[in-house]
Amino acid sequence: MSAIKEMPMAKAITAALRDELAADQKTLLIGEDIGALGGVFRVTDGLQAEFGTHRVIDSPLAESGIIGACIGMAMRGYRPVAEIQFDGFVFPAFNQITTQLAKMHNRTDGKIKVPVTIRIPYGGHIGSVEHHSESPEALFAHTAGLRIVAPSNPQDAYWMTRQAIVSDDPVIILEPKRRYWLKGRVDMENPAPDAFRAQVLREGTDATIATYGPLVPVALAAAEAARADQRSIEVIDIRSISPLDDETIARSAAKTQRLVVAHEAPTFGGMGGEIAARVAERAHPRLLAPVLRVGGFHMPYPPSSQEHRYLPDIDRMLEAVERSFSYQRGV
Amino acid sequence: MQPQEVQPIQLLAPDGTLAENEVYSPYIAALSAEELRELYRHMAVERRLDAEATSLQRQGQLALWAPAQGQEAAQVGTIAALKPTDMVFPTYREHAMALYRGISPEQLLTMFRATRHTGWDPREHNFQVYTLVLAAQTLHAAGWAMGINQDLRMGSIPRDRAEDEIVVACIGDGATSQGDVHESMVFASSYELPMLYFIQNNHWAISVPTRTQSRGPLVNRAQGYGFEGVRVDGNDVLASYAVATRLSGEIRAGKGPKLIESVTYRMGAHTTADDPTKYRSSQELELWEGRDPIRRYRSWLSSTGDADESFFEQVDADAKDLASDMRKSVLALEPIDLERVFDTVYSEPHRQVEAEKAWLKDYEAGFAEETNATEAGTTR
Ligand SMILES: Cc1ncc(C[n+]2csc(CCOP(=O)(O)OP(=O)(O)O)c2C)c(N)n1
Repeated sequence: MSAIKEMPMAKAITAALRDELAADQKTLLIGEDIGALGGVFRVTDGLQAEFGTHRVIDSPLAESGIIGACIGMAMRGYRPVAEIQFDGFVFPAFNQITTQLAKMHNRTDGKIKVPVTIRIPYGGHIGSVEHHSESPEALFAHTAGLRIVAPSNPQDAYWMTRQAIVSDDPVIILEPKRRYWLKGRVDMENPAPDAFRAQVLREGTDATIATYGPLVPVALAAAEAARADQRSIEVIDIRSISPLDDETIARSAAKTQRLVVAHEAPTFGGMGGEIAARVAERAHPRLLAPVLRVGGFHMPYPPSSQEHRYLPDIDRMLEAVERSFSYQRGV
Repeated sequence: MQPQEVQPIQLLAPDGTLAENEVYSPYIAALSAEELRELYRHMAVERRLDAEATSLQRQGQLALWAPAQGQEAAQVGTIAALKPTDMVFPTYREHAMALYRGISPEQLLTMFRATRHTGWDPREHNFQVYTLVLAAQTLHAAGWAMGINQDLRMGSIPRDRAEDEIVVACIGDGATSQGDVHESMVFASSYELPMLYFIQNNHWAISVPTRTQSRGPLVNRAQGYGFEGVRVDGNDVLASYAVATRLSGEIRAGKGPKLIESVTYRMGAHTTADDPTKYRSSQELELWEGRDPIRRYRSWLSSTGDADESFFEQVDADAKDLASDMRKSVLALEPIDLERVFDTVYSEPHRQVEAEKAWLKDYEAGFAEETNATEAGTTR
């Protein structure tokens, strides 16, 4: 059997979970409906049958309970992997994640490690009802002690999941649910790059679009479309939100001299602002325009019948690129 | 509907007389004279430490102190019933339990002096660090208990125990209103976890009385989750010991979680930042002073002939020595270096943390150069 397989992202995550469950007896999965049902997105499909009800645990309907119990299990030497059913339902666990999970290692002066992985299907564009399309990354990124990654393709999904589980730090994996069915090659033998590094996915010379998770395919399509206008766009998959690989992003921005950062989350107070500030610090003299942001609006996630206007698409990215070209320096 | 009263289990009356109890007296009868004296010693030492810590706070040497005066019997009786291998998840007032587990006074006071967040290694004492976010630890306790069950199932008992290990989750009456307690009890009940919930109902959550948290006795909540609860007189060290011994035995025997509501009283302020005269009456305090756990036990203990005056004098002298040693060692506590705080945000390297740590180092080195320059300037 070849080590390279073609599969959708959801299946790549299933494979990663299976491989980690098999590799380490101390790895456990816990979440709502993850057993017989295999999770509402079927990401844990078949794992309970394979590993038993005590390794793949159907939890009570209690998000704070899931994360709090994961902390206790991790204190005792386990590597629990929690599934939060939907992004909008992580907030009942916000307290456990931010005041307990994130701080435990620090407040015990390094004596307690809590290697908990939290998988959250996140983001919009699945036409769902409210609280099913949230992008909470900035809320967690602001909390020291957490690591946050967002895969954008099956290969990354597989390896980031494995790297997250073996990390001794708490890691939140934001799984772009609209990409669960996106197919791609997964090389099960040759790891993807370090989960906590950004990656240049497409080289370009005129401007850079940096994004992560669900918008990576959109950025690649935007770059392709810009070619028709003789614009060469570099695309960066940010991959890791905390730590943020600002160096890779700034290097690209210094090269192309224009940067657009895109995410689904609202721009106000979001990761885009953080990245803009960091890139400005590192590459200010090289930039021909301010770093521009493309993202959601400062409103609760709208009813999904309107999400096509709320979410960044190819045109919104291209508009930002063009706006970047409209700036003139030194006038 | 009138809240239903539940008579707490009491063996030792406030006047120091011991009553017979079919279920619980045998646990007391099994204690040696030495063990009985130790219960007293632990209570008396905690009270002395508590007074010393309060005065240290008044002198500006501690950022805060949460006195446990009045709750010594509840804590000592309960922890004495446990095995040293049972993990305890405390809140922030379990000083007697901490001392019982061998945590030193300066380790205990480290957080209150704000030199570090934590003074002890939880694994050394099987006593987790204090938690200030109310009730958060009740879920960690449930997770730890899930780990015990996993260890048993997998035959992978990591620390040479687990066979009959239990977990204790401590909470106050106020904290019982937190949602995490509910979720913890659901987990404990559904997975039949080896857990003991130890509620110290000290009547007040800062200024809010227990009836604002619950109209009925807190012990009754256990029933709703499908496990047994016992209400005990928390100012009676013997009843506290007997109840905790029986319940922990049942948990060890695989009978699932249990709950103790220990009815006691916080005689001092909630913390040194509090003014109890604003919300509670002096009559109430007097009533509870009459039920003082230490005086009560001392009176009974001396009546048995197991302890004489010289024993009590010796304990007082030891407690006094401990207090003065503690003062010295607490004042000598060194603050953690901010660099060390950077180093433990994550287990593995994190780019932003490293960059900020390096920046701070450079920045402060700049000041050092300036100071050196000025000093050099003045000598010239
Ligand atoms: C989640 C949370 N809310 C509020 C507080 C502030 N606070 C600290 S102690 C306390 C009262 C707690 O009462 P109780 O649980 O009865 O314990 P006691 O202090 O009486 O021992 C409050 C409101 C807190 N620490 N955590």
